[in-house]
Amino acid sequence: MLDTLLLSRIQFATNISFHILFPTISIALAWFLVFFKVRYVQTKQPVWLRAYRFWVKIFALTFALGVVSGITMSFQFGTNWPGFMERIGNIAGPLLGYEVLTAFFMEATFLGVMLFGMKRVSPAVHTFSTIVVAIGTTISAFWILSLNSWMQTPVGYEIIDGVFYPKDWFAIIFNPSFGYRLSHMLLASGITASFLIAGISAYRLLKNDHKHAPKLTLQVALTVAIVLTPLQAFVGDLHGLNTFKHQPQKVAAMEGVWETEKGAPLLLFAVPDETNRTNHFELAIPNLASLILTHELDGEIKGLNEFKDAHPPVKPVFYGFRVMVGLGLLMILVTVITRVTLFKHKELPIWQLKLLVAMTFSGWVATLAGWYVTEIGRQPYMVQGLVRIDELVTKVPSEHVLYTLIGYLSVYAILLTAYIKTLFYTADKAVEVEEYELNPPMRGQQYA
Amino acid sequence: MLSNEFLALFYGALMALAILVYAVLDGYDLGVGILLPLKDKQQADTMISSIGPFWDANETWLVLAVGLALIAFPLAHSVILQALYLPVALMLLGLILRGVAFDFRAKAKTKYQDIWDLSFKLGSFLTAFSQGFMFGLYVMSFEKSVESYGFAILSGFGVVAAYALIGSAWLIMKTTGQLQKKAIKWCKKANFVAACGVIAVSIVNPLINDFVASKWFDISESIILLPIPVLCMILFFLQNTLLSSFNNAEDISKSWRPFAIATSIFLLCFSGLLHSFYPYVVPNQLTIYESLADPSALTFMLYGVVMVVPAIIGYTLFSYRVFWGKTQALSYY
Repeated sequence: MLDTLLLSRIQFATNISFHILFPTISIALAWFLVFFKVRYVQTKQPVWLRAYRFWVKIFALTFALGVVSGITMSFQFGTNWPGFMERIGNIAGPLLGYEVLTAFFMEATFLGVMLFGMKRVSPAVHTFSTIVVAIGTTISAFWILSLNSWMQTPVGYEIIDGVFYPKDWFAIIFNPSFGYRLSHMLLASGITASFLIAGISAYRLLKNDHKHAPKLTLQVALTVAIVLTPLQAFVGDLHGLNTFKHQPQKVAAMEGVWETEKGAPLLLFAVPDETNRTNHFELAIPNLASLILTHELDGEIKGLNEFKDAHPPVKPVFYGFRVMVGLGLLMILVTVITRVTLFKHKELPIWQLKLLVAMTFSGWVATLAGWYVTEIGRQPYMVQGLVRIDELVTKVPSEHVLYTLIGYLSVYAILLTAYIKTLFYTADKAVEVEEYELNPPMRGQQYA
Repeated sequence: MLSNEFLALFYGALMALAILVYAVLDGYDLGVGILLPLKDKQQADTMISSIGPFWDANETWLVLAVGLALIAFPLAHSVILQALYLPVALMLLGLILRGVAFDFRAKAKTKYQDIWDLSFKLGSFLTAFSQGFMFGLYVMSFEKSVESYGFAILSGFGVVAAYALIGSAWLIMKTTGQLQKKAIKWCKKANFVAACGVIAVSIVNPLINDFVASKWFDISESIILLPIPVLCMILFFLQNTLLSSFNNAEDISKSWRPFAIATSIFLLCFSGLLHSFYPYVVPNQLTIYESLADPSALTFMLYGVVMVVPAIIGYTLFSYRVFWGKTQALSYY
């Protein structure tokens, strides 16, 4: 029988991995909707309204999945990690509280007006509601990433009898890794949403959809992506340097460095072996890791052996990092090729459309891989260097955790399948009807 | 810095308010879900239309209530949620099923739409039932006995009935014609079952908890308290009479009344419970004063609460005003 600690970790990882998929799309998609709506108001061209109406359907679905999986998260702290709130609650509590107060209510209420109130309020109030929803999703990211960053780089606290007490709220909220992590995540959201929009629009074009809307949204998405993908590489690099300074053991695992070395090579590929504390099948570029992290060819990188029993498991962090960076580079390449082709020829050849469809969810994979690097990279600590996770776990019997885990996994598998299928089904329906009717009638659409 | 006494009372009151608002607001939309007919598509559509703009914000009150427990009373939060591990998981499952069904039932392929309707109904039922079940265990001080679980099951059905009551009252207010007639019938039945449930809890609660009994049967206190159960019963009776007269004449201008009565019943029951358990947040174990979090963290939160909560109430009222009146056939996004 697996123990409660491991099962609780798997359960929390399952829930948060499922949850993060949806905010990653909706944070940026909300801003895309603001853009479509504002362009419609400015130009009065119905094509912008069609773009809005199509993507708001997908936004509503995505948002709903984010809400329900988010409610699960709010309970998980108490059910599986009671020690977390007992010891860190004085700091985590207010940050989560501010998220509920300043973001959740606002986005939920104005979402109602945005989705169902188009004919009940003036166009200005409707546009305003759309903007408020977008601001709400971004504020939500602000607070939760502040808390997550504080757990990686804790400052502004004091510990009395094992319990954390806040000393300086400004330092806590704007802790050393917060700015980097927030920008990295918001950019990840922007890129994920761009590739989603590009992928679905390309799918419609491949289905011989000759309307203007999918061409327009494809162009907007690729324009955004060509700005954001290189920017993300730059911000990601800064974030890495910040991690190198504050969490050297995480970087050592990312780079697969066992012994402290000067002039460490960049491993393109390797198989880390934690029992023998070495790597196999290394494919390396000499001195490059040192150059990237210290800006000197023979700069020193601390090895994992300096952090015995206090460094993360190496394999997931090492591979996760390579998946994220590899996908990131691929996304830059694909965006440049497709956007330049679109600029020159005003349309994309079939193979490029197919490529974009294949990459519809690449943002999800890269974002998850990145989160695995940073979260597994914090292990075995809950709060870096201060509180180990095994001190905080629930006393609930392991069978109960196992049963609920199986329950969550099966529901999530169904929901993810349904979500992806519904996205493409919504696109199929738009291919058939969108242009001819501004309001294609659907079940459940007679809303007040 | 503010005194611990003040902070405990302030956050205790705020948490109580969040739970009450949650029970009324998500209560009516869960109730509508529980009552969803699986055979009549058109009525099901109208019913879901009536709660579409609100359900998401309604559920946020649950997050606020749990959040406040976690922030202000962390010890109580972890004791309660560990004791309720499995029912919490069931409730979350219910909330997930119904939350996603809102969209999937309209957007999925036609052949799957019926399954999502079913998932909406079952999810609503499961959520309401597990909330009642948890409430029952809470009243029984999380005792692990057959009686305790038996009472919790009864309490589960009680909350289902209470949500059906306020849900059908919502429908009477928001709909017309055949559906409204149906809602009146549902409301009468739910009113009866909910009244029985309230009586059962009122009898069992002081029998189980000596502390509660000492409060209710103290002569000087009971004079002040007596109006609560009496008023509650009068309201149930009044609701029944009102609904019977609705059967004859479908008076639309008065159709908000059953909802107002149901809300008052919720308010009365809740104040009775508050009185029973105060100052305990975990019955017979922890008071709000004992489990209070660090005062400086709570003072930091307080600024936000004072500034933001009025704004939340403000735009919530705005949204109800926007969608005021009968649910109409109207296209959405």
